[in-house]
Amino acid sequence: MKQRRSLWLMLVPLYVFTLVFVAGPLVYMFILSFETRAETWGVVQEFTLDNYKNIFQPVYLQTFAESFRLAITSTILITLIGYPFGYFMAKLSDAWKKRLMLLLMIPFWTNSLIRLYGWMIVFRANGVLDKLLMALGVIDTPLKLLYTYPAVVVGMVYALLQFMILAVYSSCEKLDRSLIEAARDLGASPAKAFFTVTLKLTMPGLLSGIILTFIPSMGLFFIADILGGNKIVLVGSLIQDQLLKAHNQPFAAALAVVLMLLTTLMISLYKRVTHSSELEGLL
Amino acid sequence: MAEPILRLEHVTKSFDNTPVLCGIDLEVQPGEFITLLGSSGCGKTTTLRIIAGLETPDSGRVVLEGRDMTNVPPEKRDVNTVFQSYALFPHMTVAANIGYSLKIRRRPKAEIAQAVEEALHLVQLEGYGDRMPSELSGGQRQRVAIARAIVNRPRVLLLDEPLGALDLQLRRQMQVELKRLQKKLGITFIYITHDQEEALNMSDRIAVMRGGQFEQIGTPAEVYDRPKTDYVARFVGTANILHGVIESAENHVLQVRAEGGCVPSLCCGCGKQPGDSVTLAVRSEHIEFCEEGGIPAVVREKSFAGGMLRIALTLGDGSELVASRHGIDIDLEPGQPVRITWRAECAVPVEEASE
Amino acid sequence: MKRKFRFSSVYLALVLFLIYLPIVLVVVYSFNESKISSVWDGFSLKWYEELFADAALFEALWNSIVLGVASSCAAAVIGTLGAVGFTRVKTRTKGVMEYLSMLPMMTPEIILAMVFMAFFSLLGLPFGMTTLIIAHTAFCVPYIYMLVKARLVGLDPSLAEAARDLGAGEIRVFFDITLPLIAPAIASGMLLSFAMSFDDVIISLFVTGVGVNTLPIKVYTALKTGVTPEINALCTLMLAVTILLVVISGAVGRMRGGAQQTQEGKQ
Repeated sequence: MKQRRSLWLMLVPLYVFTLVFVAGPLVYMFILSFETRAETWGVVQEFTLDNYKNIFQPVYLQTFAESFRLAITSTILITLIGYPFGYFMAKLSDAWKKRLMLLLMIPFWTNSLIRLYGWMIVFRANGVLDKLLMALGVIDTPLKLLYTYPAVVVGMVYALLQFMILAVYSSCEKLDRSLIEAARDLGASPAKAFFTVTLKLTMPGLLSGIILTFIPSMGLFFIADILGGNKIVLVGSLIQDQLLKAHNQPFAAALAVVLMLLTTLMISLYKRVTHSSELEGLL
Repeated sequence: MAEPILRLEHVTKSFDNTPVLCGIDLEVQPGEFITLLGSSGCGKTTTLRIIAGLETPDSGRVVLEGRDMTNVPPEKRDVNTVFQSYALFPHMTVAANIGYSLKIRRRPKAEIAQAVEEALHLVQLEGYGDRMPSELSGGQRQRVAIARAIVNRPRVLLLDEPLGALDLQLRRQMQVELKRLQKKLGITFIYITHDQEEALNMSDRIAVMRGGQFEQIGTPAEVYDRPKTDYVARFVGTANILHGVIESAENHVLQVRAEGGCVPSLCCGCGKQPGDSVTLAVRSEHIEFCEEGGIPAVVREKSFAGGMLRIALTLGDGSELVASRHGIDIDLEPGQPVRITWRAECAVPVEEASE
Repeated sequence: MKRKFRFSSVYLALVLFLIYLPIVLVVVYSFNESKISSVWDGFSLKWYEELFADAALFEALWNSIVLGVASSCAAAVIGTLGAVGFTRVKTRTKGVMEYLSMLPMMTPEIILAMVFMAFFSLLGLPFGMTTLIIAHTAFCVPYIYMLVKARLVGLDPSLAEAARDLGAGEIRVFFDITLPLIAPAIASGMLLSFAMSFDDVIISLFVTGVGVNTLPIKVYTALKTGVTPEINALCTLMLAVTILLVVISGAVGRMRGGAQQTQEGKQ
């Protein structure tokens, strides 16, 4: 039995680190969200529900609505672009699959700020897009897309597209192609076979992709910051402002708790629906 | 008899409240080749793992050369294992695999190299030392696994279905080689298989296992010719089972009434009395056809299998027997009524194990 | 069938083109003579010269490297020991602990940023490199843990048993057998962790202290205030580093593939 004890030692770093630096902060966030903000700086340990009530102020509700709208718009676009990509990619030969995977990994590993900056060059007034469209005669005056809503959507889609592609791809990879052939053989049209067999069987990948894009898109405030100027305020931006500018830690904590609950709810729904313990294509 | 090299004393083991071993006892003599024979799930692999120290028994003792080893970890036992999956370390060369146990014991490099060469020679793989396991064929990996397990000259070598993954031809060849190796090294082999032919070919003794217990332990001849239970009779060399009632018992020969006839059986000290019911096991090759006496039966079908004519017979109560004859000279047709019997020494009364 | 195949190829190519477009633009404009990115004034290396003269940027780069290496190493130790430990030790707390340590991967970064900031100020830790390393380690552990766990699941358990059977103690088995066999997974986990750490803006922004800048923070501030093509030059260099990392991880992946083949070959 002495051996067992030495094995336990292996787990000590994980236990200590996780309990202190993961569970600890999260518990503290929860407690903090019920405390009162001090007059000028800091927190008073006084129980209150005001922070949660605060969220229901129209101004903040609108932020949530705005965040949701952006997250939903981005997720729909990501699905429409990413699903076919993952689906087609899974159909390629092994050699091409490998090449394409490498091509996807390079931007994935590239600093997201660099990639956002590239879009700034594209969208800037008189930037690449404006010049191209004017040269083609599509428009007469610059569109000035930078610092607008569409630019933020493009940034979101761009930043999160890979998650969807990889999730769908890994799900399509596992798909037994003979099932589609069987459906066709039994008289289903290609479209019908796709909707009744392929789509159903790749649903875990699709749902996982949706979660992997939806959750971050509510928090990626720097995309809204850089491509949207300061016009578009997301829950993420709100938390950042409350924390760094208004120094209202309890309110920021309450916002974070709500966002966290939404996230957990989505993931547990996913697990319930797909009967799986881990998100598809996460790594 | 010499002091046994290994003794299992009433060993039990359960996994998740399912009993796997129900108190087994076993004594293994030095230099012996003993086979644990049984179908999958009978507990033979668990027995082996307990001997190796990879599992701890719930109760009972494992005694190796007189020393209680029950709670000694596997690395401290003078016992080595050839794993079913071979378990060759994929990141080491063949030589490093074989020399691993010596390296752990901090033997000098030259000594390790020499021992590895010898081991490679024993399994006829000279010159393969620098290969990686992934570059070898299944049969070659098998040999490396054996070489790795014997390089340290353990007192007991455990082999867990070592030939299971090989094709039939290679298997036959390896059976011969393993037996030769065992004789040459004088190491005690405890061998696991579910292949009764393999067990009969190689072993000094066979322990037939079923449901976490030994049904019978004996030499191949004993197990084959004198099965203790109907299970052993059926599992080893597929025997026919017949139920009947003893009519008379004289000079150790029983006359058994069964299925509308009377057949003989040998009974040495089985303690059966006339009027007792009895279960007989008869090998198909021992069934003879006769003009009168014996049991009436009807030929159902005949077929050739392995150079033998296989005749399926139906008895009066609808139960079936199989007889096999050499040659094709018997002109029997399906539907034809016959009478069958056998010599008394060919039928054995067996215990009927409860299902 | 032929035509359908062609459509899918065109589609894949088009999406890839859009994915690479902004990256290529950044690289192209880093060689632009003009200060304004919408005007092309000819090829120049002057922004690279300015970049190499910028000590603050180099300090940020150094900070990012130190942070990336430190947090991926710490995460590698914690995650690997944890994943290996959980395969050996049976404990009722396993499920909860696994869930908790995976949480940082499932939580929006902004929440992590906020909880770390609040918690570190509660503990009174001085904001700076230490807090950065702790926070980055927290979100790197799940990646190492999951990769190592996946590798361990694929390993034949009789390998470790064979080593013990041949005389190796628990610790010896770990260093001789388990560690070399999961090394590729640890390596790719560390590369992934480094890339994540090197890329992170949100969490770093919240837990860094006065005067400790990481490269992404520097770039972020520049993008928010005013960009000079110096940033382009910097981004191009970072891109070069990234591609190098991808190539290395590809090589590691091949090694891993080789080891897997060995596994499969055994069956």
